[in-house]
Amino acid sequence: MDNILDIQDLHTFFYTPEGTAKAVNGVSLSLKPGEILGLVGESGCGKSVTNLSVLRLISDPPGKIVSGKISLDGQDLLQLPKRDMRKIRGDRISMIFQEPMISLNPAYTIGNQLMEALLTHRKISRAEAVNRVVEMLQMVEIPSAEKRLKDYPHHLSGGMRQRVMIAEAMLLRPQVLLADEPTTALDVTIQAQVLELMYKLTEEFDTAIILVTHNLGIVAESAQRVAVMYTGRVIEEAPVKDLFESPRHPYTNGLLRSVPVPDQNRPAGREPLYEIEGIVPNLFDLPSGCSFHPRCSRIKDICRHEQPPEVEVGTNHMARCWLYA
Amino acid sequence: MDELLSVKNLKKYFPGPKRLLGGIKHHVRAVDDISFHIRPGETLGLVGESGCGKSTIGRLLLRLISPTAGSIFFRGDRIHTLNRRAMRPYRKHLQIIFQDPYSSLNPRMMVKDIIGEGLKRTTRISAIERRERVLDIMEKVGLRPEQYSRYPHEFSGGQRQRICIARAIVMNPALVVADEPVSALDVSIQAQVINLLERLREELNLSYLFISHDLSVVEHISDRIAVMYLGKIVEMADRNQLYNDPQHPYTIALLSALPLPQVGRKKKRIILHGDIPSPLNPPSGCRFHTRCSRATGICRDSEPELKEGDTGHFIACHGN
Repeated sequence: MDNILDIQDLHTFFYTPEGTAKAVNGVSLSLKPGEILGLVGESGCGKSVTNLSVLRLISDPPGKIVSGKISLDGQDLLQLPKRDMRKIRGDRISMIFQEPMISLNPAYTIGNQLMEALLTHRKISRAEAVNRVVEMLQMVEIPSAEKRLKDYPHHLSGGMRQRVMIAEAMLLRPQVLLADEPTTALDVTIQAQVLELMYKLTEEFDTAIILVTHNLGIVAESAQRVAVMYTGRVIEEAPVKDLFESPRHPYTNGLLRSVPVPDQNRPAGREPLYEIEGIVPNLFDLPSGCSFHPRCSRIKDICRHEQPPEVEVGTNHMARCWLYA
Repeated sequence: MDELLSVKNLKKYFPGPKRLLGGIKHHVRAVDDISFHIRPGETLGLVGESGCGKSTIGRLLLRLISPTAGSIFFRGDRIHTLNRRAMRPYRKHLQIIFQDPYSSLNPRMMVKDIIGEGLKRTTRISAIERRERVLDIMEKVGLRPEQYSRYPHEFSGGQRQRICIARAIVMNPALVVADEPVSALDVSIQAQVINLLERLREELNLSYLFISHDLSVVEHISDRIAVMYLGKIVEMADRNQLYNDPQHPYTIALLSALPLPQVGRKKKRIILHGDIPSPLNPPSGCRFHTRCSRATGICRDSEPELKEGDTGHFIACHGN
């Protein structure tokens, strides 16, 4: 099957008085229709900037997509005039953000905001738009959807707002959905509702998702493939099972071992969690060679001086590490 | 008795929004009739979703706010009725670590003053001794001596949380209330701070009240766990008991909703429908009945009591 989204060698930099932050530094990712790609990493690794770059929502200045290619269904988005790009946003590619209160406009009703998206992109009558919106709100399990159209965002609870956001994002049946920490602000039981809903909708509309999250549990349960990012680069990418069962990059391995997992068969005594030493480096002052080398437990001499290449370590399994080169 | 701290029928009601035309004023029943105890050297985990009252409990134990009703005993002494002055000798025994290491440190104070302030106010030790003590604690929590005179903005989130921990343990407390201490941290830093808390507990024989919404973290660090829902404890048990044999439908749903970083261990997920009701106007009877799949008539009408099933396993559910 052909890729619906192809990101090739993307570089997005931010030029600030303190220096140039290479937030995304050569990222390549691809997405098939209906596929969920998990994009994980810690704060500042470039996962959100990658998503924003796809929609060309990087504010310039200070940011700039320096080079690379992003193609949606064969069409290079970076070459499109602004007008055409606007037609793609919210229609063929849409986005869900972490904080639904900030992403919904507090001055407009729910109905107003959802209808706007529909009326901008489709030539349909108001009555028809109302029907479509109500139908969508029912799909995301908003009770008495028709009445809710007249509500303002502050009338809704956090979980409901996020469901309205999802309704808005899925209203035009996009080919690609960029979900940036969509459940991080939500409680566990509400998170389960929202995730379940996202899966249901993608199956129904064959939408592909890039799911950005720091929660490895969510990725393990929902994604088919996973890419792990560190300081602007994808350092490992693999089918979800391979990544969780045989992680090859020391960073991925460390991350997986540092998360506490409830284990029914665990002995009474407590083992300390695995620790990755040190902290995520400052983007303005990246270590030489492999940027993970100061924290790495399996460092070799070459890691200090040279950037590791992408290495094929298994079927569809890539790791950027000198251990395998 | 073998109890460091115990709480009996604790209640905290906050006044709700004012009504026009003098209608009945509702109260937010943030903590509504809760009893538990913490033993010396023990970690009690407190889990629940937002608005369930878990942070309010932490603040009540430290007397940062005063309870509406109920009692708090520290080493057998009643501390819930003490005034500010009488409370003072107890303060050093009860310390707190907050969630947000950015807003809980004064940006205009140096690390040495942040950590040393408590010593300065409550002890008569000399400046030189104080310096030694602060440096000693800094080493314990993994801060370097050259960071002694730095300001909070020069530190990363994880390091700031270490400063907060140092500030809490420098007083040599018996109980530390840790209110979501790792929720704002990155995964790799989270593990470092959890291990630090564990190490300190053993070295200094601390007790923790560990408040968190993250069940995996709570499971890892706690000896016993209490699950809260809308101001009530719905289940309380030994760590293993709770995870291997959860009884309350809410606990079962919470555990099943927890995403685990393992592939292929597909478990049956129970999706709770609807939202958490407002604590301003909680449902009648069992507060969970609006979302419970096993609710019957009695759940709507009468409130279940927290009763002991197996030894040490407390459940508040009519179904049990």
